[in-house]
Amino acid sequence: MIKDFVDIYQNRHAYAKEWKRKHPDSKVVGYMCSYLPEELFYAAGLLPVRILGSHEPQNVTEPYVFGMYCPFSRDVLAQGLQGRYDYIDAVATAYPCMHLGQAFDSWTIHVTQKYFYVDMPNRVQTPYAFPFLAGRLEETKREIEEWIGKEISASDLKTAIEVYNENRSLLRQIYELRKAEDVPLTGTECMHITTANLFMDKKDANKLLKDTIEKELSGRKAKTADDSRLMIVGSENDDIKFLEMVERFSAVIVNDDHCTGSRYFWNNVEMENGAIESIARRYLARPVCPQRDYPERLRLPHLLQMAKDWGAQGIIFLQQKFCDPHELDKVAILNFFKEQGIPTLYLELDVTVPLGQFRIRVEALLEQLREDDIW
Amino acid sequence: MEQKYKTAPLRCWNKAKDIRMNIYQEIAEAKEKGKLLIGGGAESLIAIPSGFEHAMLVGEPYGAAIAYVYRENPELYMQIVEAAEHAGYPRDLCAYMRDYLGSLLLNKYIFGGPFPHLDFCLQAGFCDTHSKWYQIVSEIEKIPYFSLDLVPFDWEIAGESEKTKQLKRDYIVSQIHEAIEWMEKTSGRTFDDEKFIQGVMNECDSTSVWAKICIANRAIPAPLDEKTILSLYVLAVIGRPRQDVADFYKECLAEVEERVANEIAACPYETARIITDSQPPWFALDFFRLFESYGVVSVGAHYSFALSGGWEYDPVEKTWNAARTPRERGIEIKTRDDAAKVLADWWLSTGTVCRGVRHSGAGKIQRIMDMVDKWHVDGVVLHLNRGCEGTSMGQMEIMQALQKRGTPVMTFEGNHADPREYDEQRTFARIQSFMETMDLKQIYEFKKEK
Repeated sequence: MIKDFVDIYQNRHAYAKEWKRKHPDSKVVGYMCSYLPEELFYAAGLLPVRILGSHEPQNVTEPYVFGMYCPFSRDVLAQGLQGRYDYIDAVATAYPCMHLGQAFDSWTIHVTQKYFYVDMPNRVQTPYAFPFLAGRLEETKREIEEWIGKEISASDLKTAIEVYNENRSLLRQIYELRKAEDVPLTGTECMHITTANLFMDKKDANKLLKDTIEKELSGRKAKTADDSRLMIVGSENDDIKFLEMVERFSAVIVNDDHCTGSRYFWNNVEMENGAIESIARRYLARPVCPQRDYPERLRLPHLLQMAKDWGAQGIIFLQQKFCDPHELDKVAILNFFKEQGIPTLYLELDVTVPLGQFRIRVEALLEQLREDDIW
Repeated sequence: MEQKYKTAPLRCWNKAKDIRMNIYQEIAEAKEKGKLLIGGGAESLIAIPSGFEHAMLVGEPYGAAIAYVYRENPELYMQIVEAAEHAGYPRDLCAYMRDYLGSLLLNKYIFGGPFPHLDFCLQAGFCDTHSKWYQIVSEIEKIPYFSLDLVPFDWEIAGESEKTKQLKRDYIVSQIHEAIEWMEKTSGRTFDDEKFIQGVMNECDSTSVWAKICIANRAIPAPLDEKTILSLYVLAVIGRPRQDVADFYKECLAEVEERVANEIAACPYETARIITDSQPPWFALDFFRLFESYGVVSVGAHYSFALSGGWEYDPVEKTWNAARTPRERGIEIKTRDDAAKVLADWWLSTGTVCRGVRHSGAGKIQRIMDMVDKWHVDGVVLHLNRGCEGTSMGQMEIMQALQKRGTPVMTFEGNHADPREYDEQRTFARIQSFMETMDLKQIYEFKKEK
């Protein structure tokens, strides 16, 4: 079961191609930002698939993207330029950030011409963001309908919301299990689950998640109470090798604040009046990414609460090199946790991870956490 | 023998300098004169606070002024930029922001005296830095903060629906009203709608006339070179809703048109014409003079044309003209709501820098190609600006498109406001090679300005 998620993570393209073979009348939409309201696409019978990098050095993006844009955005574009997503029929994004926006623009020029772009507001704290986003989602729905040549019914939307809500609830259930002293799954295993989930038809994913919870995680002990409990915070992160390295020590990652992790699924769509309005409210209320966290800093209390609830003793702040939104939050977050007496480690991710250097720094953090034992 | 054109200094030059310095002086003296002092960004809706007696310290040109200080006082520049780094802000962040934060943290106003302490920050964000920048400033200064979310129109080539455009207008209009109410509550002062209406009218006038000045520069010989353009455009950046700025541009346009009629050139030799993209390295504008020694005149940039200009798309000719002001279109602005609607629509419809930041792709390529055609451009110089990733959006794609079209293009990597990331000798060497590829010979010896 966890093994199945690992397989899908490693063979994401095979999964999507197989899905397409089984659904010959349907289409696959690759997307770049977790703010994309996938429900609309799923309701249309489409398979939304997150486009992530492959963590391999490449040289195909240099002609199209300025060299100081973040390695993740370049890695994402590289996947398209190398033809790895040759099965997608359209590419989509909600406004992500400038770097990923560049990857998206270049993708639409060189890889997939059909695209959907959702103007996700940044100032999610104003009440005026709601009518704007709800209206914009109505437009997106209309654009999808035009493309597929059929109407997305109220019932389609309701079903999609239910499937996605179930998916989020199941992932939350898994995260809840990580509160235990003897954690039933490692952070690495959890990252395999959450990331593979991004590539999957949520009906398939939900079945696999249920099986994993009921048949595999029940009574399981992956780590013990002696292990240092860490939380990871930052930008997109599917750096499995980094997590494996950390957890080779007596340490366990118990929670995260990443757009490929908890930020993706933390809150459900609460059905109120219309389905579109409810979806809009969900995306405005979800845990924010840094560039949407103003004028009030909503991330700080959210992160602190997560650290407390999951018993995190230390925080690893992991961000993509050159990622402006996270760098703009870096000082506030590191200072905040310092004030709270929670040690932090700040690391910059590249396409590949310098494990040797990072290992030394992680060890230093873990020693700091165990200083009572040492002294 | 190269053709040599008549040249003459701009008569309005000193007036431009005076207006700029007056604005910075007003900022320094705002508090003692009982005015509100507001912090915020340049390419936002700086007409909004026009309803108050106020001065506004506009962040980006202030950052540029700090960068320029490097020429005369590199030690001071280093103190400033290192203050921001010492506080933990990484070197790859917006260089304007880092310069500004360093100045604030050191409590040194670059025009003399302590950093003028703001009453509140009013920002409008469409790039990833804008809104976070003033969040940080307001936290350091412990002052209230309001930020509008500006979601630009897509380029016309994308065929954005009218419904989406209206949603964007409505979103901004609502936030303008919200901002005004917030400012009144925060400051305890009453907002004067008449002044706001005038500020909006001035903003439209200033930016429309600036576009006309840019269009006048299509003439051969060009009446303005880019270095001069950069000294003139800044008035709109820091004060386009002001009456003196709106009046100045009308005077400037008349003079530029007179230069065109009399073939008075910016530079004596004009063998070839280039345009640039992104902000230049403000502390090292000599590279324009190196080009000129080859008879190459930079006649403008998407950046300076667009940041201060109001441009209206002509769907038939597929080109951009100076936007017609509300006055020219017979639109009367009578109420606060009218002014808010005009301001929102003006920013959305006539601004192109913001579109280039959010939607670089085919639209920005179209605009650059349009500039190449209409301004009779022989080559394009792209500053790969490590200090502003917003204006760097789409640049590599533009390079590809220009190369496909057969337009010579060169890039150089640098930073508009951090001299540590600019290699002047290497840039000069690239320019010299570029000149060779364009078959251009140096006409006179280049000497660096002191």
